[in-house]
Parts: sequence; C-alpha cells; structure tokens
Amino acid sequence: MIHFSAFWLVGLGGIIGTLCRFYLGKWVAVKVRTSFPWGTWVINLTGSMILGMLFALHSREALTDEAWWILGVGFCGAYTTFSTFGYEVQQLIEKKHVIAAAIYMLSSIILGLLAAWCGMEICT
Amino acid sequence: MSSSTKSLISLIIGGFIGAVLRFEIGEWMPATTDGFPWSTLIINLTGCLFLGWFLTITLHKLKLKPEIRLGLGTGMTGSFTTFSAFSVQSVHLMTNSHSAIAGMYIITSVVGGIGLCMLGVALARVQAGKPRGDLIL
Repeated sequence: MIHFSAFWLVGLGGIIGTLCRFYLGKWVAVKVRTSFPWGTWVINLTGSMILGMLFALHSREALTDEAWWILGVGFCGAYTTFSTFGYEVQQLIEKKHVIAAAIYMLSSIILGLLAAWCGMEICT
Repeated sequence: MSSSTKSLISLIIGGFIGAVLRFEIGEWMPATTDGFPWSTLIINLTGCLFLGWFLTITLHKLKLKPEIRLGLGTGMTGSFTTFSAFSVQSVHLMTNSHSAIAGMYIITSVVGGIGLCMLGVALARVQAGKPRGDLIL
C-alpha cells in the first residue's frame, strides 16, 4: 500500500519537475542567447539547493515520507538532470569551446555541492 | 493536435516513466554499508550513455517524430538522471567524514558521465555510418 502510493507520488512529482525543467530551460535560452548552457546550469543549482533543504527537513522528520517522495525524489530528481549536463559538456568540447566546457563542468559541480550544502544548513 | 500539445503530452509521459524508473531502481538496489550511492551512480552513467547515443542516432539514422524524440530524451532520460541527488549525496558523505568515498563518487560520476556521453555519440555515429573522429580529448 505504501509502496503503491510512493510510485504515484514520485511519478506526479516527476511530471511537474520535467515540465519545469523544459519550460524554464526554454525561457532562459530565449533570454540569454549564448552557447553556454545557462538553462541547465540554473536548474541544477537551484534544484540542488531545494533538495538539500528537503533532505535536511526529512532527516529530522519535519517532512513526511509522502512529501519527500513527491517533492524530493519526484520533483527535484526530475527537475535536475545529469544526462543533459554530460551531453552539453560533450557538445561544448566538440564545438571546440573547451574553456567554456571546463567552466560549465567545474562551476556546476562546485556550486551545485555548495548549493546543496547551503540548503542543508538552512533547514538543519 | 498542435505540436506544442504533443510535446506537452510526451514530456508528461516521459517525465513520469523516468522518475518512477529511478525510484524503483533505488528501491531494489541493496544499500551498501559504506554508504556509496550506487543506484544514483548507475542511473546517471547509463542515462548519459543512452542520451549521447539517442540524440545522435535520431539525428542521422533513426528518424523519430520530434515529440517522441523530446519525450524519450528530455522527458524520460532527463527525469531518470538527476543532478540534485548527486550533489546532496556528495555533501552528505563529506559532512559525515566520508570524504574519500565522496571524492570517488564525484569523480566517477563526472568523468564517467561525460565519457559515456562521448562514447554514446561515437557509437551512434559509427552505426549511422558517420564517424567524424571527434573524440578529441
């Protein structure tokens, strides 16, 4: 029973997260017309911070399992993406934008971890 | 049906499948005692390999409708892989004095993920008969 509801909550959160990623990514791409993948960059950093907050809240039982499934596993998991991140690095390298690729990769990782840490600190 | 409605529907279906698959894999993978996030690592690595291959093969050989390509790529694979769990797990390992495990996790995820994207792209080009020799690293 619990497993069944987790399935649908994760799926519902996943739908919302995916749609937010797609439409926000499109909006950012229209706003900033550069080859640097700002859309995914912003999405992965904000998503890391939100998941850090949710993780800390769930750890100290201030967030129910149901809320964690829909918001944490479903929404944040689907909103952020690792495969597009990898593909964009590959594309930048292929287009010989090696410095942009390195900046994109390193800043996503370092700031992503920092954002997650900030989120966890705020809600601990 | 307009093309934006078709895109919306395919993203809804893809996003649902990707998130649920990720959750189920996490549920079925036995947790190891050292706290290494195996399920997220495997999900992110296979997702990278698939996305690199898929976005390239659908460009050259396997012609799909744009909304199907969007649903399977951005929708399903995008939702299946996750960056936020990667960052939170890394920080969680670090703050619990498992820095060595965190370091291994970060490096395998990033180097492996980008490497597998490149491999996926290269594989698809060979399959499509368009090897361009651009594995320039």
